[in-house]
Amino acid sequence: MSEDWPLYEVFIRSRSGLEHKHVGSLHAADARMAIEHARDVYTRRQEGVSIWVVRSADIIASDPEEADSLFEPARDKVYRHPTFYAIPEEVKNL
Amino acid sequence: MSARSHAANEPDPAQQQAHFRYVLRLGDTSLVLGQRLGEWVGHAPALEEDLGLANLALDLIGQARLLLTYAGELEGRGRDEDALAFLRDAPEFANLTLAEQPNGDFGQTIVRQWLLDAWQLEIYEGLLGSADTRLGAIAAKAVKETRYHHRFSSGWLMRLGDGTQESHDRVQGALDSLWRFSAELFAADDVDERMQAAAIAPAPMELAARWSARIDEDLRAATLKRPAAQPYPWHGRRGVHTEHLGHMLTEMQHLQRTYPGVRW
Repeated sequence: MSEDWPLYEVFIRSRSGLEHKHVGSLHAADARMAIEHARDVYTRRQEGVSIWVVRSADIIASDPEEADSLFEPARDKVYRHPTFYAIPEEVKNL
Repeated sequence: MSARSHAANEPDPAQQQAHFRYVLRLGDTSLVLGQRLGEWVGHAPALEEDLGLANLALDLIGQARLLLTYAGELEGRGRDEDALAFLRDAPEFANLTLAEQPNGDFGQTIVRQWLLDAWQLEIYEGLLGSADTRLGAIAAKAVKETRYHHRFSSGWLMRLGDGTQESHDRVQGALDSLWRFSAELFAADDVDERMQAAAIAPAPMELAARWSARIDEDLRAATLKRPAAQPYPWHGRRGVHTEHLGHMLTEMQHLQRTYPGVRW
């Protein structure tokens, strides 16, 4: 049965104030069922306070063939990383 | 029991017994329905539904634990949740007859679930203001779970009813065959009357009207027909069960019966 259902990607927000993170995918007949399935499959252990689902077919992905030209140029520019700042202990989730 | 009448401040044994029976009926219905849903694990039509049904089952077993623990205390004979769940025979079980009906196909499981979800929804909402604060607290926890259960089962009822000709016919067939057990849901007896008089339980008549309205609304959305009312010879709440309960208990109680007192 599930082979007939389209694939959805699932994003869960673990706590208020944090971003939604991709947690996996599942099959569902429509959006309502996708939310219910996501609730049952991915929030069984109190993992989240909010769920997003999106049809996998609607995601536009970068081409792995182009990885070199897309990502290689960033590798040798360490000055772009904010690694020279001390982060106060009170700041969480930065 | 002596013929002596009880002073006003002493607990009335008949009232205590009714209180015990009332909580036991709720607990047994959750337990039996939870066990039935558990039988789907590994067999549901899709992995996602398998987990969904198991989640419902676990919610129901959780409700049963709270209710049976409390029932055991009300009874005052030292029986805990495990003694009540695993060491009673079918005639001592007080669940609604509908809850023990076999899973059948997915449509039959959904119809059984939906009828009982709508029933539990009314019962638990009605118990929120109970004079019995412990029962009210259990209902407050259970009602949140039950709202999701109803969303799940009514959603499937709609998909199957308003789906293909095959799914429509099957789910209508399941409804026609299970409907005869629905008359028991709100049939009041002395236990209900005593609990209502003590403001512990809501009035079954009012619940029945709201349940009926919800059922009609869901059936309309699912393009299904409500079957005609039928007389019912089933009294699961009084321990008169269909043959199915005994078979189910044989499996559920096997471990405790074979190895008394065994622990994981």
